[in-house]
Amino acid sequence: MLEMIATTKKYETVKTEEVTVWFKAASVNDFPKDGGACVKYKDLQIAVFNFTRLNKWYATQNLSPEKQEMVLSRGMIGDHKGIPMVACPLHKRIFSLEDGSNLNGDLEPMATYPVKIIDGFVHIGFAH
Amino acid sequence: MKTIIVVGNGMVGYKFCEKFVAHEKSENFKLVVFGEEPRPAYDRVHLSEYFESQDAKALEMAPKEWYLENQIELVTSERVLDINRDSKTISTSKDRIFSYDYLVLATGSSPFVPPIKGVEKKGVFVYRTIEDLEGMLAYAADLKKTKPNAKAAVLGGGLLGLEAGKAVLDMGLEPHIVEFAPKLMPRQLDSRSSNVLQLKLESIGLNIHLSKATNQILGNGSIEGMEFGEDDLLYVDMLIISAGIRPRDELAKTCGLEVGVRGGIVVNNKMQTADEHIYAIGEVALLNQMIYGLVAPGYDMADVAVKQILGEAESDMPTDIDMSTKLKLIGIDVASFGEPFMPASKGHSIIYEDKTKFLYKRINVSHDRKKLLGGILVGDASDYNMLHQVYMNGMPIPEEPAQLILPSSDGATAFGNVMDLPDEAQVCSCESVTKGQICGVIENGEAKDLADVVSCTKAGTGCGGCKPMVKDITEASLKSLGIEVKDSICEHFDYNRQDLYKIIQVKGYTTFNEVLDNHGNGGHGCELCKPVVASLMASIHADTANKEYAIQDSNDRFLANIQRNGTYSVVPRVPGGEITPDKLIALGEIAKKYDLYTKITGGVRVDLFGATLKQLPLIWKDLIAHGFESGHAYGKSLRTVKTCVGSTWCRYGMDESVSFGIELENRYRGIRAPHKIKGGVSGCIRECAEARGKDFGLIAVEGGWNLYVGGNGGANPRHAELFAEQIDNETVIKYLDRYLMLYMRTAKPLQRTAAWQERLEGGIDYLKEVVIDDKLGIAKDLEEEMQTLVNKFECEWTQAVNDPEMMKRFNHFVNSKEEDDNLVFVPMREQKMPEPWK
Ligand SMILES: Cc1cc2nc3c(=O)[nH]c(=O)nc-3n(C[C@H](O)[C@H](O)[C@H](O)COP(=O)(O)OP(=O)(O)OC[C@H]3O[C@@H](n4cnc5c(N)ncnc54)[C@H](O)[C@@H]3O)c2cc1C
Ligand code: SF4
Ligand code: SF4
Ligand code: FES
Repeated sequence: MLEMIATTKKYETVKTEEVTVWFKAASVNDFPKDGGACVKYKDLQIAVFNFTRLNKWYATQNLSPEKQEMVLSRGMIGDHKGIPMVACPLHKRIFSLEDGSNLNGDLEPMATYPVKIIDGFVHIGFAH
Repeated sequence: MKTIIVVGNGMVGYKFCEKFVAHEKSENFKLVVFGEEPRPAYDRVHLSEYFESQDAKALEMAPKEWYLENQIELVTSERVLDINRDSKTISTSKDRIFSYDYLVLATGSSPFVPPIKGVEKKGVFVYRTIEDLEGMLAYAADLKKTKPNAKAAVLGGGLLGLEAGKAVLDMGLEPHIVEFAPKLMPRQLDSRSSNVLQLKLESIGLNIHLSKATNQILGNGSIEGMEFGEDDLLYVDMLIISAGIRPRDELAKTCGLEVGVRGGIVVNNKMQTADEHIYAIGEVALLNQMIYGLVAPGYDMADVAVKQILGEAESDMPTDIDMSTKLKLIGIDVASFGEPFMPASKGHSIIYEDKTKFLYKRINVSHDRKKLLGGILVGDASDYNMLHQVYMNGMPIPEEPAQLILPSSDGATAFGNVMDLPDEAQVCSCESVTKGQICGVIENGEAKDLADVVSCTKAGTGCGGCKPMVKDITEASLKSLGIEVKDSICEHFDYNRQDLYKIIQVKGYTTFNEVLDNHGNGGHGCELCKPVVASLMASIHADTANKEYAIQDSNDRFLANIQRNGTYSVVPRVPGGEITPDKLIALGEIAKKYDLYTKITGGVRVDLFGATLKQLPLIWKDLIAHGFESGHAYGKSLRTVKTCVGSTWCRYGMDESVSFGIELENRYRGIRAPHKIKGGVSGCIRECAEARGKDFGLIAVEGGWNLYVGGNGGANPRHAELFAEQIDNETVIKYLDRYLMLYMRTAKPLQRTAAWQERLEGGIDYLKEVVIDDKLGIAKDLEEEMQTLVNKFECEWTQAVNDPEMMKRFNHFVNSKEEDDNLVFVPMREQKMPEPWK
């Protein structure tokens, strides 16, 4: 039990103004169009989504809030009533890419992170 | 506490129990039921389904536990022999005596067996109980062993006789119908409609003999033929007698209750016999000098009897009892309602006949042309429900009544909306459900769809004839409340899968964005519509899942089955389940090399679990080097064609099931469909490959294959239905190409063939018309489309491992070669498994 709380806490939403490190992750070409891939930063796994249709990038924890497995980057993205979302590949729970909230249930929200593209490279913002 | 004893646990006796339990005043009564049959009441109306399913449980009205739960004492296999009215007791075949306060006789009827010389011979059957059917099946199976083209006759060309005729046909015997009257269904049809019906039945292989009085049944111990006149013989090996019913009124006779001249216990409109403590209901009751041989009036009788006994003195049977009927199962629509034959003194008849289409429709209208009095429909009874309602409710008819039956060029109907029916219109006569009740459960929120309506009201659970109308009312009623019954695939499209299929095919779109931008609702897609479009692209252009992998469902995206810790399982194809020892060893070695948990799947293949994203292509390189290819276990596509060993080894085998299974599996491999597809091929009727539990199944028989379609296991198991008999390999492939392609074109997303077939208007018969008779003229297109897909097949794993761009997706991280550090495996029975979920 204790351990689990510790794991969840590992991922906490970072607002743009809290960013101290812009981590250069990979080239934009390494991400599928309208899809996601996983980035490693220290001991964190971050799901990064290239929402080409909106011309936007999103980053969230890769950990499924439901089952604590590292799978969200492999989920399908799209929108739910206009809100950009990702569907977990395990049980199709869907989460807002904007604020990480669960859109079809009341699971814990996911942590989200700011993304910036600099010179064709994807940068993710962390607080430390 | 008073005791009610019900004698007879048939359909009506059961309905008495059900109505009793539902009645608020039933607490002060104890209910005891005696049934002579070995099992609780079953649905006799659908008895013929037993031929197909051989599943007696499926026919049960309610399981034994139901009686227990409702404190009803059910005694089966015990016959009531005697009634003593003075002491108010009954005695049974087990020499037990019970006393009653009220006695309800629901003993039904038995088939009438005319006193023909020789009827006692072996091979002569009646058609009433499950045991009768079991007897017939066993006898027919024995017959066919010694005599492949054995014949069977049905004595009686009425409603039941024709149903029996179909059963004979399905048992694979040459069917003959022998009728005493000069026409078929003499009680329901006039001569012209009877003629049309006869032509149609003959066209499907029934031999019909009219105006034949059977003098004698020939044979030495077992039946060998029937003799009508001196030189008028018909050689048959089996006979089913369906010459009418006789009420089982023998109990009334033991205690001096009045019975009719031609049988039946006389009751008043309260269902009471001459003894106020004894009631009679169902087919044993003689009401208004009539035996009503249908369930609907029987159910009403049960309702009246319950109410009478529980103190509602004013409840009674209506004076007009509806005898309208629709024949089921024979593969041709026949229905009659109201007054089918009407003397000219009462009104006019309007008749429409088209023998080329085996079509006959007649309606009878009043002299002032304002009222519909009855009618007959043969060949197309799709308007039966509506006509029946118009008749029952005395609704106004068009100024030109012929419009009610004339085929309209524009498909419009002469009837108004179902919502025009009055609230008290009885839509389901079996369960006495009115239109008002159906709308009621929808309006008060109890029911949100058709399934809810059926479970709340029981409408449609009897003969099933009212189902289309129940559906229409439900949909119209939901619509009137603003609840839309759209079957569009998700919020991003206003189209269903079939519409999108056509759109993509006609416009030739090749990417998801093209479809979404041109036909979507302005959104960005979701986990529902993306895989649907992906699957359509595959069905139409033979695209593999590699092409646009971000719109593929979780499994298709990585060409493997995601398991609960985010690792994958790998299943190479093993066509027909045939594998060389060398390949088996290779599988073992690869599993060992990557430390994969290994298991044989339900589809008899080898499944290797615990592969990480990064390992997937490495494993596949090894597999491909050993001659394996993708098994598509992850796709909504053909899984396996399971085979038995067939005539190559099995001593019973009639054909090479393995060879054919391999051919079929290789033909349809990789083809994407609305849902997964499984096949099976058995070498003989012992059915070791369980082919009838598959989407398509083949069983080798004398002279070819029997093809079954639309079966599945899973959450709602269903046996596949017989589609074609004794066809050769080439015809199997032809029919399967067309069948599968039609399914791929028209099913809903994630709808298995079973559900698709079940909901297809016109059912299996319609399918046969389209696939076998090519009624829509599309057979050639379907075949060509399938052939294109077959020709374009490519193993998507071979494609992926040979293309560095495609390989990029098989990495856990984009910026590191490391593996997922979250994975934890624990040991289990000499292998491993993922750590359990917390
Ligand atoms: C093949 C077939 C198809 C049919 N199709 C239709 C249709 O499409 N539509 C329609 O409306 N109707 C149809 N019917 C008719 C319908 O099945 C009957 O109207 C209905 O079953 C009558 O119910 P019942 O309870 O009166 O009689 P039953 O169902 O015959 O039940 C009577 C029961 O009482 C038992 N019994 C009798 N005597 C005793 C005793 N002394 N002690 C203990 N038990 C006793 C019998 O064994 C039997 O189980 C069909 C009938 C058959 C056989
Ligand atoms: S189905 Fe028939 S042929 Fe096939 S294994 Fe069984 S007995 Fe043998
Ligand atoms: S039956 Fe249920 S638990 Fe078993 S494999 Fe299928 S989905 Fe999983
Ligand atoms: S009319 Fe028979 S089930 Fe409804």
